[in-house]
Amino acid sequence: MRAGRYGVYGGQYVPETLMSALIELEETYARVREDPEFSRRLSWYLHEYAGRETPLTFCGNLSRDLGCRVYLKREDLLHGGAHKLNNTLGQALMAKFMGKRRLIAETGAGQHGVATAIAGAVLDLPVEVYMGEVDTRRQALNVFRMELLGARVVPVASGTRTLKDAINAAMRDWVANLGDTHYLLGSCVGPHPFPRIVRDFQSVIGEEARRQILEREGRLPDTVVACVGGGSNAIGIFYPFVNDDVRLVGVEAGGEGLISGRHGASLSAGSVGVFQGALSYLLQDGDGQALETHSIAAGLDHPSVGPEHAMLKDAGRVRYEAVTDAEALHAFRYLSRVEGIIPALESAHAVAYALRAADNLDEDDILVVNLSGRGDKDVADVANVHGGAA
Amino acid sequence: MSRIEALFARKNPVFVGFTVAGDPDRETSFGVAKTMVDAGVDLLEIAVPYSDPVADGPVIERAHVRALRAGTTPDDVFALVRRVREYAPPLPLVLFTYYNIVYRRGVDRFFAEAAAAGADGILIVDLPTEESGEVAPSALRHGIDRIVLIAPTTSPERRQKILGGASGFVYLISLEGVTGERDHLPPNLAGLVGAVREKTDLPLAVGFGVSRPEHVAAVAAAGADGVIVGSALVRVIEEHPGDEAGMHEVLRAVIRALKSGFAPDPDPDMPRRERVEG
Repeated sequence: MRAGRYGVYGGQYVPETLMSALIELEETYARVREDPEFSRRLSWYLHEYAGRETPLTFCGNLSRDLGCRVYLKREDLLHGGAHKLNNTLGQALMAKFMGKRRLIAETGAGQHGVATAIAGAVLDLPVEVYMGEVDTRRQALNVFRMELLGARVVPVASGTRTLKDAINAAMRDWVANLGDTHYLLGSCVGPHPFPRIVRDFQSVIGEEARRQILEREGRLPDTVVACVGGGSNAIGIFYPFVNDDVRLVGVEAGGEGLISGRHGASLSAGSVGVFQGALSYLLQDGDGQALETHSIAAGLDHPSVGPEHAMLKDAGRVRYEAVTDAEALHAFRYLSRVEGIIPALESAHAVAYALRAADNLDEDDILVVNLSGRGDKDVADVANVHGGAA
Repeated sequence: MSRIEALFARKNPVFVGFTVAGDPDRETSFGVAKTMVDAGVDLLEIAVPYSDPVADGPVIERAHVRALRAGTTPDDVFALVRRVREYAPPLPLVLFTYYNIVYRRGVDRFFAEAAAAGADGILIVDLPTEESGEVAPSALRHGIDRIVLIAPTTSPERRQKILGGASGFVYLISLEGVTGERDHLPPNLAGLVGAVREKTDLPLAVGFGVSRPEHVAAVAAAGADGVIVGSALVRVIEEHPGDEAGMHEVLRAVIRALKSGFAPDPDPDMPRRERVEG
């Protein structure tokens, strides 16, 4: 396998201007991975600042309802309210080691933008966050949070005005400011080495979950479920289980249903293409133009997916399923009432799949669901748009 | 001798114009190309509209959006190339495209169709040398030049590697950033041109940010064989919605003004490059 490739997927499909930055990033990353000082400092930030490790919560009520043993990996309890901080602390610290003086990031739901703003604040790096104009409206609370944390939010009015255009805008900024700026990409997408870096920083989720379930149950789970937009929380929890006899299920945004064409399920309904620097699965038309996508969850509203997921799909190692907006919304309300945990609409997709799959599980089966983020950011939207009280 | 070779052998420096196929719509787009040729563009770069043109600044991105909204497909792009080829048989034509359009159509099919339509070269803006293994045989098979990009940030070792796969001419990116007009070009252009010149016999054309007569003069003074202008021309289309006659007139005037940046050539028979090199 070539460096930066996952099977045939991945690669570095970027303008020449960016290549020097990617090469520098690759070299720095190789260096900091071996640097005990980097590991020591990252470990301090993860434990003392961000609140790792996060609990693996046995959910009694949910288990009773589903007829199996259900655990939630509680990334919603990480500082900032989502798994995103694992990656932003890692990359921001790396940017420090590289001597960069400025962070830029893209954000969809706002979670990655908030996590970058947090990392920038604590590590004393100025942050600018590109966010699609549509998303700044549907995630107004996160815009305020980012600004409160000292970041500048730049609304992106080009293209579809969502996550993909925010990534385009951030890449354009990076090309023009390579000397002093680190582009802190938020998912396991984009050109090499980003998919690798993000996966490595997010793998702490799966490493903890694997150790925790062995301590608790004395064996590995039967199934691990996570939602997939770009796929960073999923690759983070899957990766340490890839060589185990554990079923892995990635849940994509089914939107209004795959047949409607209004969804974000690139693995379930897309085809292979090059997008934003990598070869992967992509929602595209016959000419190779990226299609508009839809999901109730802004963080899953994206036409492509990380290249490692593309490889895992083709290899049959991970099964990818799609869950509709309506199913996710039901799971959002259900988990809130049954367990007192309000999930992010993104994470609600994983919960919805668990509800759907329950029929095929035995009572001794162990199911781990990655609860990648908390749903406070979605509460106003659900109340206003999707019909008031639960 | 290819059309690109013939042009650079005959004329120096050359003026390269850029337009997005289908901007502002499929029919008017041919008129734009025709006006550019009539106004003295020596080589025409025709961009294939794409949904996510990350190497481009706002002016050219909006042109991609206009062209896509007008329904422009790769078939329309090849049709445009055919019409321009008929209109101006000796004019070198280069397709400027993002890789997914090529990948989706099939690399060899794309190169074959481009060649059949009359294109002389293809520049794939997001396909660095590391990823270009698949296109090299198709370019060779169909007699299409592979126009490569060299940036100010490209290391000397990479330059060498990139030039190994180049033909036609070399596209030097003047600055760190995306396409689009700038107030000033970087001061070290001559250094970049000189450094690349040492490593290749191919003509060197400079683009990104070139938008004023004084920029054109600076690029020529830096010893480049060609100057590439995009956003400054594309902007004229954007600023004349529904006023085709006005657009053509301004486009001609802008090209004339930009070309005035080329100093009058005292000895037009002698390629400037030989003079620069003494």
